[in-house]
Amino acid sequence: MAANKPFDPKALLGWVDDRFPLTSNWKAHLSEYYAPKNFNFWYFFGSLAMLVLVIQIVTGIFLVMHYKPDAAKAFESVEYIMRDVPWGWLVRYMHSTGASAFFVVVYLHMFRGLLYGSYRKPRELVWIFGCLIFLTLMAEAFFGYLLPWGQMSYWGAQVIVNLFGAIPIIGQELSIWIRGDYVVGDATLNRFFSFHVIAIPLVLLGLVAAHILALHEVGSNNPDGVEIKKNKDANGIPKDGIPFHPYYTVHDIFVVSVFLAIFSAVIFFAPEMGGYFLEYNNFIPADPLKTPAHIAPVWYFTPFYSILRATTEEFLRYGMVPFLLVLLLLNLATARYMLAKLLAVVVIGAMVIGFFIFDAKFWGVVAMGASTMIFFALPWIDQSPVKSIRYRPDWHKWFYAVFVVAFLVLGYFGVQAPSPIAERLSQFFTLVYFGFFLFMPWWSRMGKFKPVPNRVTFSAH
Amino acid sequence: MKAIAILRRGIGSLLAATALVMAAPAFAAGGGTPLDRFPTSKLTDLPSLQDGARTFVNYCLSCHSANAMRFNRLKDIGLTDEQIAQNLMFTQPRVGEPMRVAMRPADAKEWFGALPPDLSVIARARASADGSGSDWLYTFLRGYYRDGTRPTGWNNAVFPSVGMPHVLWELQGARGATIEEVKAVKDEASGKVTGFEKIDIQFSQQGVRSEKKEKLAGTNLHESTHLTLGPAKGGSLSQAAYDEKVANLVGYLTYMSDPTAKTRSRMGVWVLMFLGLLICMTWWLNREYWKDIK
Repeated sequence: MAANKPFDPKALLGWVDDRFPLTSNWKAHLSEYYAPKNFNFWYFFGSLAMLVLVIQIVTGIFLVMHYKPDAAKAFESVEYIMRDVPWGWLVRYMHSTGASAFFVVVYLHMFRGLLYGSYRKPRELVWIFGCLIFLTLMAEAFFGYLLPWGQMSYWGAQVIVNLFGAIPIIGQELSIWIRGDYVVGDATLNRFFSFHVIAIPLVLLGLVAAHILALHEVGSNNPDGVEIKKNKDANGIPKDGIPFHPYYTVHDIFVVSVFLAIFSAVIFFAPEMGGYFLEYNNFIPADPLKTPAHIAPVWYFTPFYSILRATTEEFLRYGMVPFLLVLLLLNLATARYMLAKLLAVVVIGAMVIGFFIFDAKFWGVVAMGASTMIFFALPWIDQSPVKSIRYRPDWHKWFYAVFVVAFLVLGYFGVQAPSPIAERLSQFFTLVYFGFFLFMPWWSRMGKFKPVPNRVTFSAH
Repeated sequence: MKAIAILRRGIGSLLAATALVMAAPAFAAGGGTPLDRFPTSKLTDLPSLQDGARTFVNYCLSCHSANAMRFNRLKDIGLTDEQIAQNLMFTQPRVGEPMRVAMRPADAKEWFGALPPDLSVIARARASADGSGSDWLYTFLRGYYRDGTRPTGWNNAVFPSVGMPHVLWELQGARGATIEEVKAVKDEASGKVTGFEKIDIQFSQQGVRSEKKEKLAGTNLHESTHLTLGPAKGGSLSQAAYDEKVANLVGYLTYMSDPTAKTRSRMGVWVLMFLGLLICMTWWLNREYWKDIK
């Protein structure tokens, strides 16, 4: 009789596995995905980014239930969520704090890649998908920031959309096309809402899937930059690898609880974070007739915004031209192929001529765009014989430190009202920022490198 | 419970300090007059908040709306529906309604030159590097002086040329002010600074303006403005009682701008205690698993 048959846990799973690759995927991505055992602090931020993504999507779903994408109602509907919707304040603060947390986590995650050369062969595609995620995330944050329809939302969007107006010939028409109106208005709000809740999240999820699939295809890098797949045991398992589940899942559960504690401390005790996560000016409803004295983007955009502001006509002529000429001479003196030299002459020549033809504002937009996209080039411009910073010459570490300082200083000046000293310093650090990357093909192979071990360095906890 | 309160204050001030360090030089503010500190103890004092609510509906709500705030939300500060309906509502019939204003926008524009802003979140909007929004409001509402050159007859120390007249003047009375200004004198043709002059502007208690100019020796100076308010006279409240009244009102405005603030921080302590426990447990779980890894 059927009732006497013992329960077979395999039966259901077997039934599913015959129809769907459940167990095989579980094994491929978790229980038999072998990750290097020497991950450190810097390796927490990938899974935290996933957590924040989930927080943003879930809280976003609930916000959309009460938010009204209508220029006449948007601001009030946010306050309605904050007051009249049960737990609305919590959901909204989670979403607003989550936006900033996303960038904190992603910047640290990217910096890890920089430190340990995680973009180097064979992980170029992992890195490229990651860079695309970063750009998509910036678009997502930008579109989302208009939705509360406060003064900063409104004027921030106005400034950024106007940037497209700097593109020669088509610029003005293009920016009207983007806004759907001559100024940021109801049409703009509706389309930004659509992009923020549908288009961009779909792209983001697809890219995240691609990022992880690419990573699991080639395997994770580690702080030593050693390929663990080169040392396998008799079963074909990397000797320095451990199954992601359970070892890194328990690791991540711990990290998640620490992260949630910090995240909650902000949400419950300082949701505005001194005007950095929720800007004070954004508690004033958008007013197309009143331009705020000082328009600053949210903190996570400010390094790039500083680069935009630093690009003046004077800077192009006396800062950028000498910078590009040095780059050109270096290229002509050392490039192996004629084609590379020719390309350098054409590109740099065209840019220098362009400096005198087009507005500095246009070049500011180009510089800002380039500063967010230059990361794509890392797998090819980094010529060092080792991946990890651990085995690079000590003075390389100073280069990384200077780059970090440049990024932070640019970010700092981006929130400040413009001043002559800030402008000079931003210009200097803009050159440092670009110099770090554009001269990397030369400096990254200079100096005395330390021998890289065969196996990862690890001491049992 | 006391320990929780201390913990809550501790976390709060820690975060506030971080935010303050970050915020310190950010965001330029308008007036230039240093802000007085709003006594934050008012925020946890229910009778003060209730008094503030009364001042708000009596003096502010005729021109300013608070569309995001419903009357019956005032139960938060210890009032009942009956008390709200009988003492605080004058024109609107139901306690579930938001604090709207009867004045028509077109009239408001004609009378004040601009629409008086909705005050639902004003205490958050007025924050800057100079101080919290409450500090600004506390200084603003105590910073009116007589100025006969303004259409309303009033001007303000932190909000120069403000469109709003001194609505609480019956309570505070009127006061004059002295403005000491150091200005660069420029050559009209070249625009070059040739020297500096000191301008003393006096407003009497009746708002009569008088001005005294004086050339200053030396060129190594910088431009500055310094405003000193005169003593207030003729109000129904003493200086201290008026300050108290305004503090109560600002306490109410601050509460209204973020009515969940108290619930939020109270809940936050429990959330953090739970997460603290979770951190211990997950740390221990992690350690047990990682014992295997040699």
